[in-house]
Amino acid sequence: MSHVAIVVFPGSNCEYDAANAVESLGATFEFVWHTSADLSKFDAVILPGGFAHGDYLRPGAIARFSPVMSAVQEYAASGRPVLGICNGFQVLTEAGLLPGALQKNRGLTFLCQPSTVRVVSNRSVLTRTTAVGEELSIPINHFSGSYTCDDDTLSALVANDQIVLRYTANPNGSRDDIAGVCNSAGNVVGLMPHPERATSALLGSEDGRALLASFIGLSLPQAA
Amino acid sequence: MKFSVLVEVSLRPGIADPEGATIERALPALGFEGITAMRAGKAFRFEVEAASAADAEAQAQSLAERLLSNPVIEQSHARIVEAS
Repeated sequence: MSHVAIVVFPGSNCEYDAANAVESLGATFEFVWHTSADLSKFDAVILPGGFAHGDYLRPGAIARFSPVMSAVQEYAASGRPVLGICNGFQVLTEAGLLPGALQKNRGLTFLCQPSTVRVVSNRSVLTRTTAVGEELSIPINHFSGSYTCDDDTLSALVANDQIVLRYTANPNGSRDDIAGVCNSAGNVVGLMPHPERATSALLGSEDGRALLASFIGLSLPQAA
Repeated sequence: MKFSVLVEVSLRPGIADPEGATIERALPALGFEGITAMRAGKAFRFEVEAASAADAEAQAQSLAERLLSNPVIEQSHARIVEAS
């Protein structure tokens, strides 16, 4: 049984979606308040979407100093799986756990729509059971989702196979169509699309299930 | 002494600035011609208790780099605007 920590900051709002997705895959979860300092008992850690600390200053800028982030740093350094979804991705970049940064979307519009992403690398914990080139329909829901980094960082991402997912039709101006990246070890992943909102055909897509099953280290249960 | 500090944060040169670009595109409609290189940013004002202006400025610059800006995409500049 995989036991997943879902970190909740003041202003997180996708924690129940993440919890529902994790449970539907056969894992258990606990919400972990941002003042907690110990994640050692968990098999995986998710930083869900939302507006941590109101997104004041910049998305993730203040969340990065929440006490739980020291525990996330330690947890990530031990090689265990950490996933940042949307605002969680922004928090991980601000914390320096993932390279680059997320900027306001090109066009300055809040985007809430389906997106298609292609698996670029299956070296990461999020994609290890998927095939490179596989296309997945996963919704996006963000204002600051345009991935950016300098030339050297981009070259390093490509050289180290750290680009996890790319959009097939770039919705937000992300550099090199990047939708998700991982750290060099592959155990820390961040992505702007919401796989936890793509877990039921009834709601438009269940393509997120493969990603989350890979992440929590369980095989995908047969659809009921 | 107490120093009043102004910190300006802006995107680094070369980083796309959709907000600045959108503002610039709106200018001709208002009758402003010949305005280019518009960059949007943020400004912060606060007070620092310090022994000297140099110390206050150094503290403010450190704060600007650690919290007020994201050095991956932004640059920051702290300066003293008033001493009392």
